Amino acid sequence: MSIAIKTTELSRSFTGGGEKEAGGLFQALSDVNIEIPEGMIYGLLGPNGAGKTTLIKILSTLLLPTSGEAFVNGYNVDNQYDKIRPIINMVSGGENCGYGILTVAENLWMFAQFYGIPTKTAMERIKTLLEIMNLTDKADVKINKLSTGMRQKMNFIRGFVTEPKILFLDEPTLGLDVNAARETRKFVMDWVKNAVEPKTVILTTHYMKEADEMCHKLAIIDSGKILAIDTPANLKKQEAGGASYNITVGYKEFDANSLRAIPGVASFAHSVSDEDAIIEMIFNLEAGGALAKIIEKLSSEGLSILNIHKKEFSLEDAFIKLVGRRLNGGEAGANEHR
Amino acid sequence: MSTDELIKNLRGIWARAYVRIIGVNREPSWLIFELFFPLLPICAFAFVYKSMNAPSDYLGFVILGGAMTAIWMNVLWGMAAQFFWERESGNLTLYMLCPMPTMAVLIGMAIGSGFSTFFRVIITFMIGKFIFGITLHIASYWWLFVTFMLTIAAVFSLGMMMASFFLLYGRDAWNILTVFMEPVFFLSGFYFPVKTLGYPLGAIASLIPITLGLDAMRQLAFKLGPATAFLPVGVEITILIILTIIYLIGAKYLLNKLEYLGRREGRLTLRWQ
Repeated sequence: MSIAIKTTELSRSFTGGGEKEAGGLFQALSDVNIEIPEGMIYGLLGPNGAGKTTLIKILSTLLLPTSGEAFVNGYNVDNQYDKIRPIINMVSGGENCGYGILTVAENLWMFAQFYGIPTKTAMERIKTLLEIMNLTDKADVKINKLSTGMRQKMNFIRGFVTEPKILFLDEPTLGLDVNAARETRKFVMDWVKNAVEPKTVILTTHYMKEADEMCHKLAIIDSGKILAIDTPANLKKQEAGGASYNITVGYKEFDANSLRAIPGVASFAHSVSDEDAIIEMIFNLEAGGALAKIIEKLSSEGLSILNIHKKEFSLEDAFIKLVGRRLNGGEAGANEHR
Repeated sequence: MSTDELIKNLRGIWARAYVRIIGVNREPSWLIFELFFPLLPICAFAFVYKSMNAPSDYLGFVILGGAMTAIWMNVLWGMAAQFFWERESGNLTLYMLCPMPTMAVLIGMAIGSGFSTFFRVIITFMIGKFIFGITLHIASYWWLFVTFMLTIAAVFSLGMMMASFFLLYGRDAWNILTVFMEPVFFLSGFYFPVKTLGYPLGAIASLIPITLGLDAMRQLAFKLGPATAFLPVGVEITILIILTIIYLIGAKYLLNKLEYLGRREGRLTLRWQ
């Protein structure tokens, strides 16, 4: 499989922004090494200011790296941008592009012209994409009459009209309602899956669920550094450690310390519900910790097991462990059981 | 440039020009802002000349000059300031991202603006001519048309150069534009023959192509035009051609520099900078 994107020790710093007055240098990216095979949805997950957008801007030839190298479809972003631009496109969430005086179809046609697409081909693609995104009835409406969500849908379509080989999606579902966001995610996944020629999508998102659902591979990025790269499933597995079980038993006196002492149990907590006469127990196991030993112990204590539920670790759990805080900027809560 | 690339660029130029051309039909407010309002100072100057019993050709000079202000206004607000707006809306990022050269976008913008301005100047002039009963003595319709088109070309080439320049110093764009407005109205001889300024000042004013274009058009359209000429029409047309070429080269140079700086410093795509 060919490599769509490759970066080597890629770094980018800025003199400016909030640091300008202090004369400081803001390091937006530090020694980023990624390799993205074609035909993949590759996610960049990180909090605000992590460097996701800077990385996308370098890869989309809008920004030069300060040091290191980046290649898109084998071309160097530094001096071969003229070969990269015809095969890429980018959609940013919340962007306000286009001209309000033109209709949806006209705006899309205009942007297609900048890629040299003949009008007939462009209009056919626009028609199809408008249908898929349920925007056909707005084709002849001026975009200054559109709602934010509809305008975002139009921008989204703009990215696909040129049929790029590599597409950069920077928070593409920002401003979309739940249904539209779902349609959008499905469309992107189908677009990659059903493509005759391999298509690659680089996605930045704030939404864990979106990253988990869409991405074949994820890079977790913070303060300009890549902290981990793997599939969402592996990230959850590796970063979360062992499994966690919620076990409900009928009420009976028991020795909590003896349960904590079971080999493989990392931590144990419980709560008693007098009303229902049950005890909720939470067992966090070390990697390889055995559930069988717990069940055996509970039985030997004379506790009747009513329910066993394995807790699935989320991507957010992995993210918190790696970055040390939630994606929305909050601290990892005290109730995070790890 | 290959034929394929040329066709691609022409598609882009047409697409960007389309926005301006279609805008003329969809925003009737221009009738007020770009037709009625420019007529007011024209009328003011015309009444002054009339009260002084000046020859009617002087009224014609004022009406032609006043009509031509539409070009300058369009260049300032529709060209020079445009990239600044394009950056704010996010369009500039998309222009830089696409395979078509940004110069094609600029040319499309200029052609679209030139097209709409062409009709605005003619309509404003015809209304003024009708109100004040001006008689024209056209020496050559062909050369008058050529001069008019060359003036538009030269002024919009200057506008293309200014677009990049203003984007580099974007934060001060508004102040610079305002500062540029009145001195140009004065130096270009919008409301009087530029010869009145004398040759040294007139020569400096000639860097603004509208000065020479207006002077040449007055010579070609009015009986008293040759008597108030700053330079012979042939010379003025030649200078207009030279200025067009210089400004186009300047626009290309500045745009390349701007694009490089934009990529190096992130100025064009990061709005906070």
